Amino acid sequence: MTTIDARPASDMNIVSTGAATSEGGQELKPRGEISQKALMREAGAVLRLSESAAAALSEVAGDIGEDQSMIINMGPQHPSTHGVLRLMLELQGETVLRCKPVIGYLHTGMERTGESLTYLQGGTNVTRMDYLSPLNNELVFSMATEKLLGIDDDIPERAQWMRMLLSELNRMSSHLLFLATNGMDLGAVSMMLYGWREREEVLRFFQKVTGLRMNHNFIRPGGLAADLPAGWRDDVLHLLEMLPDRLAEYEILMTGQPIWRERLQGVGVITQSEAIALAATGPILRSTGLAWDLRRDMPYLKYPEAEFDVVVGAHGDAYDRYAIRLQEIRESMRIVRQILDKMPSGDYRIQNKKVTPPPRGRINESMEALIHHFKIFTEGFKVPEGEVYVAIESPRGEIGCYIASDGSSVPYRMHVRAPSFVNVQCLPHMMRGGLIADAVVVISSIDPVLGEVDR
Amino acid sequence: MSGVVADESHGQRVLFVERSEYLAAVTALYEAGFTMCVDLTAVDYLAHESRVVPDGVVTQRFEVVVNLLSIANRERVRLRVQVGDGESVASLFDVHPSTEAMEREVFDMFGVRFDGHPDLTRILMPEDWDGHPLRKDYAQGRIPVQFKGAAS
Amino acid sequence: MNAVREVLDNGLGGIKHNFLTGRVEDLVKWSRSRSSWGATFGLACCAIEMMGTGAPHYDIARFGMEVFRASPRQADIMIVAGRVSQKMAPVLRQVYDQMMEPKWVISMGVCASSGGMFNNYAIVQGVDQIVPVDVYAPGCPPTPETLIHAIETLHQLIEDGEIMHRRAESGAGANVHIQEVPAGVITPVTLDRR
Repeated sequence: MTTIDARPASDMNIVSTGAATSEGGQELKPRGEISQKALMREAGAVLRLSESAAAALSEVAGDIGEDQSMIINMGPQHPSTHGVLRLMLELQGETVLRCKPVIGYLHTGMERTGESLTYLQGGTNVTRMDYLSPLNNELVFSMATEKLLGIDDDIPERAQWMRMLLSELNRMSSHLLFLATNGMDLGAVSMMLYGWREREEVLRFFQKVTGLRMNHNFIRPGGLAADLPAGWRDDVLHLLEMLPDRLAEYEILMTGQPIWRERLQGVGVITQSEAIALAATGPILRSTGLAWDLRRDMPYLKYPEAEFDVVVGAHGDAYDRYAIRLQEIRESMRIVRQILDKMPSGDYRIQNKKVTPPPRGRINESMEALIHHFKIFTEGFKVPEGEVYVAIESPRGEIGCYIASDGSSVPYRMHVRAPSFVNVQCLPHMMRGGLIADAVVVISSIDPVLGEVDR
Repeated sequence: MSGVVADESHGQRVLFVERSEYLAAVTALYEAGFTMCVDLTAVDYLAHESRVVPDGVVTQRFEVVVNLLSIANRERVRLRVQVGDGESVASLFDVHPSTEAMEREVFDMFGVRFDGHPDLTRILMPEDWDGHPLRKDYAQGRIPVQFKGAAS
Repeated sequence: MNAVREVLDNGLGGIKHNFLTGRVEDLVKWSRSRSSWGATFGLACCAIEMMGTGAPHYDIARFGMEVFRASPRQADIMIVAGRVSQKMAPVLRQVYDQMMEPKWVISMGVCASSGGMFNNYAIVQGVDQIVPVDVYAPGCPPTPETLIHAIETLHQLIEDGEIMHRRAESGAGANVHIQEVPAGVITPVTLDRR
């Protein structure tokens, strides 16, 4: 089971440190070295400012003597940056004047890899981008592929409802993880344990259905990889019975608690026009008061037949975003309950020989089935030439998939519009004028997933 | 508007815009309600020069693809701008601040420059990296493995 | 004086074991293995499973490892959890260099062990190109049981003592490959309502 062999040290390419970790032009530079426009951006100015706002901003971003401010580095290895996010902050005392996120520490070349994987294999690649809601990644990729194939109207009912079920459960597990990490970042360390405890129940269900706890590759073009197992209703009901009481416990621990409120309310404020200008979507946009949710406004799957509320905040601060995500777990539970009642029987994937592989049993009986199976898994099915952009609502905002096809069995260009990549641009704005401790709160309230930021 | 060819792709509105009219078109769309620039990316058509485009559009090597969203009308529109190798495009930063990181990513991955961008540096690759990885003439960088013909 | 010189050169393991010194060395190794603290080096999806391993269901606190120190000065084990990109590689080496001896590395997941499914320009094909690795844990991501198996294997190696000798000789890691443990029981374990 174990093999032990020592490699001599001389075999290893040891990278010299120090200068090697500096990223040159990508870092936050001293004020004299950057353009005014860039300075304004790093100081968090988003829109064209009025006279008074510009005057107020110049107090923060104006002429600061060199010995009055300090540029420090936060990350990429840091317990609170939610992954390998590097933030360069210019501080005056403890007040943040400017902020520049430096990303790319998790760049995996997934879009390049996607150009060499067939559409059936593409799910394995896309699912690892936003690794907290992998089923949503697979869903948007599959939907884009189906649109290019022209079969997006022919997906069976059961497949659509199943996809909705998995997508909503994924939303729940992602928001539970947000509650856990948000709590831990703010000091409520026991919240980390509670959030994971609940998340394990959802992951257990995923493991029963898809075979894996994470990165499932279950939602595929044409439907899903397999049907729901027997007894799935009982498992989901068990989840739905257990969660409300636990969420009530979190309310006691966090929502009404004065320390929690002090740390979250009024921190990381963003207004509606700024959020739209920065293309922030998801809970960030909804916290500003705009009820924009793609599930309701540009619906997909069977969301028109499900009743749920879109949760909206009023102040655009971190507290609103926390409360929105907590309530969205309840709304997702509501949707799941409706799916339990409405789940029809039928196929879990489209019966199209060119797209979905035949059932394994038939391969022994039919030569044609064997050939189709072989072709689909080795060469892949060919997708007609064209380009399409499909977007759905992931727990972090709008996730979109842009595929350009040249008629072959691999995408010519596959680009994923990752919500966290765009949401991270809100950081300089939200951090401006706040304290360093608030910086941790702000990052946590944006809930970035660096896998999709860097792809 | 001149320099703009309208098209449709799988039920989605697509506008082919000339490079010179690009910023004006985006500004006009902004006034018309498309206030959110959801996505800005690019495609390198070096290996597929014979792609199908409507009449009146002259294809170039790169295409900058912009997805705009109108929240009020619940509508999307997509712009496709043809850009040659070495040519630069206007930056949308003044109209849509959200494009700052997106344009940096396109620059990093494809080498397309954006005029008027406040800070056009690499964003995903290390600063001293050579080349633009998503170009079709850039090798994928695989190391040889034991399984012949493995896709990736 | 000879004995002192020997201890200074070869550590306690060099002395011919008598009752007293043999026991102290065992005590040191035992305490090292039972209370090793991990350095937070969660990068991608494996980090989520690593956090899940620290969570109540899998609970690595029973092995003394629930404390993840952000400061490398206070950490013993670096669990490289996730894919290491080109930009991250120097950072990884810098953090490793800042850790104090004795230190060990667990390469968690296939991306850290060999580059995983991402055989391309952006990912370092195996973190052992940068730091010496002691245990490789396969999986994408490894289930918490696999990670616990890897940690326990490392603890066993520490307790046995071989790993320190080899490090002194060649500076290399232990290079132990473990087998993936499939995810465990599927029937729900209902925690008591309060």
